[in-house]
Amino acid sequence: MENENLIDGTNSKSPSFGGVGESPYIDLYKSHHESIKKHSTVVMNHIRDDAFALFEELHFPTVALENYKYTDLKAALSIDYGLNINRIPIPVNPYEVFTCDVPGIQSYLYFVVNDAFYPVNDARNKTLPKGVIIGSLNQIAENHPELVKQYFGKLSTTKKDGLIAFNGAFAQDGFFMFVPKNVVLDKPVQLVNIMRSDVDSMANSHNLIIFEEGAKAQLLVCDHTVDDVRFLSNRVTEVFVGENATYEHYKLENTHTKTTNLSTLLIDQQRSSTVLANIITLHNGQTRNTIEIDIDGENCETNLCGMVIADKNQQVDNFTSIIHNKPNCHSTELFKYVLDDMSKGGFTGKLYVAKNAQKTAAFQTNRNILLSKTAKMRTKPQLEIYADDVKCSHGATIGSLDETAKFYMQSRGISEKEARLLLMFAFTNDVIENIRIEALKDRIKILVEKRLRGELSKCEGCVICQ
Amino acid sequence: MLQIKNLHANINGKEILKGLDLTVRPGEIHAIMGPNGAGKSTLASVLTGNQAFEVTKGEVTFYGKNLLELSPENRSHEGIFLSFQYPVEIPGVSMVNFMRSALNEHRKYKNLEPLSATDFLRTMREKKELVEMDNKLANRSVNEGFSGGEKKRNEIFQMAMLDPRLSILDETDSGLDIDALRIVANGVNKLKRPDNASIVITHYQRLLDYIVPDFVHVLYNGRIVKSGGKELAYELEERGYDWIKKEVEEAP
Ligand SMILES: Nc1ncnc2c1ncn2[C@@H]1O[C@H](COP(=O)(O)OP(=O)(O)O)[C@@H](O)[C@H]1O
Ligand SMILES: [Mg+2]
Repeated sequence: MENENLIDGTNSKSPSFGGVGESPYIDLYKSHHESIKKHSTVVMNHIRDDAFALFEELHFPTVALENYKYTDLKAALSIDYGLNINRIPIPVNPYEVFTCDVPGIQSYLYFVVNDAFYPVNDARNKTLPKGVIIGSLNQIAENHPELVKQYFGKLSTTKKDGLIAFNGAFAQDGFFMFVPKNVVLDKPVQLVNIMRSDVDSMANSHNLIIFEEGAKAQLLVCDHTVDDVRFLSNRVTEVFVGENATYEHYKLENTHTKTTNLSTLLIDQQRSSTVLANIITLHNGQTRNTIEIDIDGENCETNLCGMVIADKNQQVDNFTSIIHNKPNCHSTELFKYVLDDMSKGGFTGKLYVAKNAQKTAAFQTNRNILLSKTAKMRTKPQLEIYADDVKCSHGATIGSLDETAKFYMQSRGISEKEARLLLMFAFTNDVIENIRIEALKDRIKILVEKRLRGELSKCEGCVICQ
Repeated sequence: MLQIKNLHANINGKEILKGLDLTVRPGEIHAIMGPNGAGKSTLASVLTGNQAFEVTKGEVTFYGKNLLELSPENRSHEGIFLSFQYPVEIPGVSMVNFMRSALNEHRKYKNLEPLSATDFLRTMREKKELVEMDNKLANRSVNEGFSGGEKKRNEIFQMAMLDPRLSILDETDSGLDIDALRIVANGVNKLKRPDNASIVITHYQRLLDYIVPDFVHVLYNGRIVKSGGKELAYELEERGYDWIKKEVEEAP
């Protein structure tokens, strides 16, 4: 059943036969790659056929793959999603629909609606420092082809990963951010990914973030679903952090239970750079975050952390990899999960220390609390250390709430329910403390508390932009 | 106020309390002494509702209410307070949040409005002074990284905040140097009123120089085997517990 008009009013294409894995998408690419390319840009098209060929070889990942054993995409991929290959504008104005109200957060605000960058018209964004470029990857690749070509795909095309390959074949646009040498942004940049559609739909977008030497900025990414249909997003973000640059990446997911959120974050660090990435899943359907940080210069600082609160049938798998290629770098990793009901969590912490990466200090921690007997957590540290003069440690625990602490609180008159809540909140506290945007930190504290109280049981919209 | 009759309690199927009787009236201070492992902390745990212990027999009433039916938090609301032998560290829960939650739940139980932020902070300040508690401690997580003495002081601080009718001090003196002991005892004495009472568990007579008991009981093998006035404490200090054990064993 060929469905030419799947997305209401957008004349979009759908994979021809209701999704059973890759074959409809392979057919779709073969029959429509001309239009995919026509509505994208030379730089992106340059890798497209190769990415498709790789996808044809790898297919979508299954649990049979070691790196995907905690993410089962079978159910999510059995759905017939529409793709907006012909770039029909989605009838929504995010600037009108979403008013940002983190008290005190002053951000440069941008939107990607489904898979397309939404044209900017926010006056606040006109105050960006000179030389900073933020906008549609598609468009900026047309205006600054040399700049984009130098970086685009450099991290993603080396990966043998079906989702990344799929993204390379189908993504036509995304968010682009360039911060030139020694420029420091005074406010965080905020990117809101909005899923808006009347029918089940899929979005592939590719983000490219470039920090030159000494640049410094914070990016806050919010994932947000609007309509009560099934969404699958498959986003790839490449980040290049130059010498002495500082990049902070905050990701906040608050999507509804019908969402499948596949997200790949690839970061490359040059000498003496600092990266903080904090990946928070407050509410979702099924989520797979792949986060790979390559440390390619000496004296780097890397802090990767995240937390998950899940209940019902929610699933979250964080696959993380930190690769120390150079000596004298320091990385810490901390992930915490609170799982209730039938929810499922997965965590992989891959840590690779190359032979010449002496004096590496790398510490990894994953702590998990199961609130019900039916919740499941699977965790896997994966250390490969080839240097001999290093300090590395890892620890993973799966437990329940501390009964002794709970009793101590109850003995002071705190109800059991409140005591549990305070303990859960305390458990996530050190991840929240790793947020260096004060307004965001305060807001997230409130949201986490709401979430733990069960008052955020459905998506309230992007938690930042209610 | 408190009446314990023929109390039996188990942990992991092992009987620890074996028919304990005790009556406490307002205004009284009772000292409970006894060798290690006698069941003193077990008694404190049972009175505060620790689920790890199972009461198999006997009854406990507090102002006429069946205490054993109440949840730990309701026992606290009714006015029972335990200064733990081993106070618990709770990383990530600030002292301020902890005390605010506790105090407000006490107020809710009495149908009172939550305290305003200023009133709460004022109360915190006053009570901190009572036990000469460092301001910094109040800004930290509950007991996290506190020294032994600081933890004990924190217990008395919490006691002052919650203003209990019956306080149970479980070895609050152990691990304290003389200065800290004086401060802790001072705090307890200042909180003493004709309408409240204390059970002071200790196995040294030392503390009783500062907190003078009206009654001294010896707990041995799960029961109170001897009771007397404060002079009994001196006798125990001098003669140890062996003569008591012997007395018990020789009794018919
Ligand atoms: N959690 C526990 N599990 C098993 N036995 C316990 C536990 N707690 C206490 N006991 C036992 O109960 C007895 C009384 O302990 P306790 O009440 O702590 O004594 P005291 O405070 O008088 O020194 C001891 O024999 C001790 O080993
Ligand atoms: Mg004891």
